[in-house]
Amino acid sequence: MANFTPVSAAIGGALIGLAAALLMLTTGRLAGISGIFGGCLGSGSGDKGWRLAFIAGLILAPLIAGLAGVAVPMPEMPASWIVVVAAGLLVGFGTKLGSGCTSGHGVCGIARLSPRSIVATAIFMGVAIVVVALTRHVFGG
Amino acid sequence: MPAIAALICGFIFGWGLLISGMMQPAKVLAFLDIFGNWDPSLAVVMAAALAVSAAGFALARRRGKPLLAAQSLWPTKSDIDRPLVTGAVLFGAGWGLVGLCPGPALENLATLSPRVVVFVIAMAAGMVLHDIWQTWRPAMRRDEPVAADG
Repeated sequence: MANFTPVSAAIGGALIGLAAALLMLTTGRLAGISGIFGGCLGSGSGDKGWRLAFIAGLILAPLIAGLAGVAVPMPEMPASWIVVVAAGLLVGFGTKLGSGCTSGHGVCGIARLSPRSIVATAIFMGVAIVVVALTRHVFGG
Repeated sequence: MPAIAALICGFIFGWGLLISGMMQPAKVLAFLDIFGNWDPSLAVVMAAALAVSAAGFALARRRGKPLLAAQSLWPTKSDIDRPLVTGAVLFGAGWGLVGLCPGPALENLATLSPRVVVFVIAMAAGMVLHDIWQTWRPAMRRDEPVAADG
């Protein structure tokens, strides 16, 4: 556990919770990123403005942080291209079918004590742990 | 005005992911790797986010009406159905393969990492494919709640 960073994790987590709380208090919307992003795709539904604005803010944060001299690490993704594409497809299809991701179910849903979100979070976290165990320790990534 | 509020919320959310280290897929995978050099940070991120958002949601429920909209769109579904379970299994598999979920994936577009760009395009394609598949199955009721869980 040499890489455990509890202080920055708690501060960052509190900010994520604050963002979710403020979005509900101001716009009455739930901060589920897969839902916000999914609502931007395809035609129809005239409420894309706030969705695109939220995603713009999300992308702006590391850009402003970089300008302010805060280190923004490049994402480490050693997986092959085909795995990256497969993972993206699975995340997109799965979050749409399951109505949520880590933010919508994992944070907002559990905060609401929603049984659906508690079950979904237990399942996607459990499956992800199994996939990492298989790719790293069984088939030796 | 709602768009400005959403922009600020997205910005705060982004800082949260950045500060907590959750933008880095390697750190997320280190949490999921319970049989390796385990990094419990993600659990602390979730616990802190839950505590603050639960307090904020309680306040929002008490206030009733949001500041900049006619009504709050709380998720309405409560049953644990097959799409929820299947969707969570598929999402978990994708998350475990590269360590990216939708929030950090979109935020990492700022780094212009080619792998992240490809991941986000594939993620969008997966969502569109889901909708096409749903329209091809007219017998099955579309599983789209009034307000999605997330």
